[in-house]
Amino acid sequence: MSEKIISKFFDIEDSHTIEIYEKHGGYETIRKVLKQWTPEQIIEEVSNANLRGLGGAGFPAGRKWSFIPKDSPKPKYLVINADESEPGTFKDRYVIDHYTHGLFEGIMIASYAIGAHKAFIYIRGEYIRQTERLVEQIEAAYEKGYLGKGIFGSKFDLDLIVHRGAGAYICGEETALLESLEGKKGWPRMKPPFPAIEGAFHSPTIVNNVETLAYVPTIIKNGADSFANLGSERNGGLRLYSISGHVKNPGVYELPMGIPLREIIYEHAGGLENGNGIKAVIPGGSSSPILTPNEIDVNMDFDSLAAIGSMLGSAGIIVMDDSTCMVRALYVVTRFYHHESCGQCTPCREGTGWAEKVLKRILDGAGRPEDVDNLVEIADNIIGNTICPLGDAAALPIQSYVKKFREEFEYHVREGKCDVKGQ
Amino acid sequence: MPKITIDSTEIEVEKGTTVIQAAEQIGIDIPRYCYHPGLSIVGVCRICLVEIERMPKLQVACYTPVADGMVVHTNNEKVQQARRAVLEFLLINHPLDCPVCDQAGECWLQNFYMQHGLYDSKMVEDKVKKQKALPIGPNVMLDSERCILCTRCVRFCDEITETHELGIFNRGDHTELLPYPGQELDNKYSGNTIDICPVGALTDKDFRFRTRVWYLTETPSVCPGCSTGCNINVHHNDHRPYKAGGIRVSRLKPRYNPDVNQWWMCDEGRYGFTQVDADSRIVAPQKKTRGDWQLLSWQDAIDEIATKIKGILKKHGADAFGVILSPQMTNEGLFAAKRFFQETLEVENIDFEVVAREKGYADDFLMKADKNPNSEGAKKIGLSAVDNSGLEVAQMLADAKDNRLKALYICHHNLEKGFKKEEVKEALSKVDLVIFQGTNQNSTSNLANYCLPSASFVEKDGTFTNFAGRVQEIHKAVEPLGESKPDWTIFRNLSKRLGKSMPYFEAGDVFNALAEEVDAFKGLSYEKIGEHGVLLNGHRASTEKEMGALVA
Ligand SMILES: Cc1cc2nc3c(=O)[nH]c(=O)nc-3n(C[C@H](O)[C@H](O)[C@H](O)COP(=O)(O)O)c2cc1C
Ligand code: SF4
Ligand code: SF4
Ligand code: SF4
Repeated sequence: MSEKIISKFFDIEDSHTIEIYEKHGGYETIRKVLKQWTPEQIIEEVSNANLRGLGGAGFPAGRKWSFIPKDSPKPKYLVINADESEPGTFKDRYVIDHYTHGLFEGIMIASYAIGAHKAFIYIRGEYIRQTERLVEQIEAAYEKGYLGKGIFGSKFDLDLIVHRGAGAYICGEETALLESLEGKKGWPRMKPPFPAIEGAFHSPTIVNNVETLAYVPTIIKNGADSFANLGSERNGGLRLYSISGHVKNPGVYELPMGIPLREIIYEHAGGLENGNGIKAVIPGGSSSPILTPNEIDVNMDFDSLAAIGSMLGSAGIIVMDDSTCMVRALYVVTRFYHHESCGQCTPCREGTGWAEKVLKRILDGAGRPEDVDNLVEIADNIIGNTICPLGDAAALPIQSYVKKFREEFEYHVREGKCDVKGQ
Repeated sequence: MPKITIDSTEIEVEKGTTVIQAAEQIGIDIPRYCYHPGLSIVGVCRICLVEIERMPKLQVACYTPVADGMVVHTNNEKVQQARRAVLEFLLINHPLDCPVCDQAGECWLQNFYMQHGLYDSKMVEDKVKKQKALPIGPNVMLDSERCILCTRCVRFCDEITETHELGIFNRGDHTELLPYPGQELDNKYSGNTIDICPVGALTDKDFRFRTRVWYLTETPSVCPGCSTGCNINVHHNDHRPYKAGGIRVSRLKPRYNPDVNQWWMCDEGRYGFTQVDADSRIVAPQKKTRGDWQLLSWQDAIDEIATKIKGILKKHGADAFGVILSPQMTNEGLFAAKRFFQETLEVENIDFEVVAREKGYADDFLMKADKNPNSEGAKKIGLSAVDNSGLEVAQMLADAKDNRLKALYICHHNLEKGFKKEEVKEALSKVDLVIFQGTNQNSTSNLANYCLPSASFVEKDGTFTNFAGRVQEIHKAVEPLGESKPDWTIFRNLSKRLGKSMPYFEAGDVFNALAEEVDAFKGLSYEKIGEHGVLLNGHRASTEKEMGALVA
């Protein structure tokens, strides 16, 4: 059994309480940090640990923190992205449910490192139970003096606030999230300025994913090397893989960065049901370009997936067996992105809706031969031309599904029906 | 200063300049929908994408600041493809109802499609249905299907008027511009949203279907609606006047002036031109005989009036003569009046100010309480009662009531705006000779013995001086209606008949004479006023400070 950091709490009863968390060494690190560490040392340690942003983009966490201007007179903010809405991704929920105070300890250390005295958890509106858990545990932490003025008897103040989203996927994009947090419509902002310079309320802000921050206490506690060595080159540590679809044991698995995808599917998730073959795998949330069975030996780290034209993203793995209609699968994904396009910029707003209609028409048996190329052209015209990466997120699946499963699309168009068994 | 190369032209620009602005400086017009120089930059429409060397993706020219050594391509293959794609995206859900759209001819979708689009449509799907012909305020109609969601109108209401009536609702291609629930687009500047809407989504209730825009001619001018003097273009229908039932002026549009109104104007000014073609216009000289108005030729009118004036002055002296000029008149009209009354007739009772009993609306943006375009001009030319140690308007009326005033020459005013109806009526009924000179009949003109028709502000050349001392030109857009003439022409003609000629043939002659004689105008010349006006002597540039509210 390989090492576990976060997921070992998944099976401990009441692991979300302060008592149980402390029984397992919780809150020791922050106490030490407040006494012995400088913010710079923390940033350096996290950088050396090769902790990557686990929300999707994989940006090195320590480096991001170092962008906070030292001399700015403005308040600094830490914003925790708990919007978790990318289809196929459900790991942050586990963190909140079972490693609640581990997350808080990570938030405390990060806030201390960047000089923030206020942190906001922006949580997906549908996560009602998780919101309740956060609110109740934050109250408990305040009661013990772990949050508020002079936490743990130090001179460091920190307030932690939970803010619920209202059901828009786009509010997971960090700048849309900040708009929403400020009470506005969740429309992504133009960059620059990046949030580290001008984020929430015009002030320097770090936005980090729940899971990213949850690994911070362990890094500081055990040292950068020990964490880095758990993963692969430049991709430190473990991460939580969400795996779903046609596998025997869907769920969240904490495994090293860089572990082969095949191993996750067959060894950890128990392989496919009924011994079916794999048709395709989404490696990192529904926006990542799809992989074919002969690509699943790829190592699950940011760089290896990028090298084969896909992305590790949120590590939300969706396995599709050979009964899957790829036209329908693409339709479902495209419909999602169209529904969630914030509507701000032209190519994404119009292109996603157009592609959805074309796919629907193909599924309805009214496809035309030129539709297949047209779909790719729509995607080509979206990619790189939008304000935020949702446009790309919508276009990449279109490109990759059509490229890798073109015969299926052409069959649909030609015959007006699906040739996949079981459809 | 950064040096950059745009389409192989090298240019040095101020730091902070954006690529779209730098390109403008060398005459390259990068297409844009959402970008407007008077509003914040949002980069949503994506039509201004350009290629910048060493950057992997195309960049929006509106938002990208120049950097030294930048090499920009605004029209290469890749850029053209992206532009075509954006246009195609914008049009897939567009209703393509140009033949019945009021914007046709001044639509940026049509224009850019002709310049950058021209692809074969691949769209065969059903279009998204949205609301059409929805009145969203007293002046504005919305056709949501035509809206390209550039958010210009939203930003105008958020940033310029700060009234926040409009919002963007829903997501994906169901995204829609609408007023917030229970709100109307009824701010005092709502018409500007129509101007800045690049397509036919927001149209003008007043102008809608009045005429096709390609029949319109535009003439630069200045709004006479208040003392701000917003720069405007008068749009008039010279080609098919019969189509509009005699309405020659179709609409007013703001004209950019960085020192006065920037890109904007108020609704009061925008829709305030109706009296130009109204039935109330005075179209010929006329006199009242036994209660009935009778038309006269100019020749007869001038003869009769000159004779009567002479008689009264001879019998009662200049003290029995009152003159009420108007800040609605141009500097030229006022100066000619000054010369006529002061020099030719040697009258001292001259005033121009009638303080309105109802205070006009004013705000800290453009609208001023003084609803006259030339009060400052009248003051500077020296036409206040104090300047001439003569009677003020109120004293003139009091003298009239006491039978001390025998002649009253009233220009443009409706005295009821400043005095009680009965007061005016009683006073004027006791004056032997009441001459009214103006564009439109009003309750004062009805009390006169003679009415002389003045050309309206769209029918003559001339200048107004705004509250900040800026002299700005108006231009003749249409011919004077009927027999009407510019005020200065009428005074010149009367003066000549009474023995003193004025060598004025054009408004410019009057202005240049004024510039020689009146200190504040010294050194100015009509030829040098220019499209944005010039400041009177002793007035500092009003820009940033006074227009502070304008600068977003
Ligand atoms: C459309 C879109 C949706 C996103 N949704 C999430 C999300 O639900 N949770 C998240 O942590 N990051 C999400 N991200 C990534 C964030 O923008 C941001 O990169 C991340 O929160 C930064 O944290 P990290 O560096 O710790 O990963 C999303 C990005 C995009 C473009
Ligand atoms: S790419 Fe899509 S989601 Fe992102 S800003 Fe543009 S319209 Fe909104
Ligand atoms: S109505 Fe016009 S100005 Fe407003 S968002 Fe739509 S296209 Fe833009
Ligand atoms: S603010 Fe005054 S000058 Fe400007 S448009 Fe309105 S009325 Fe005319």
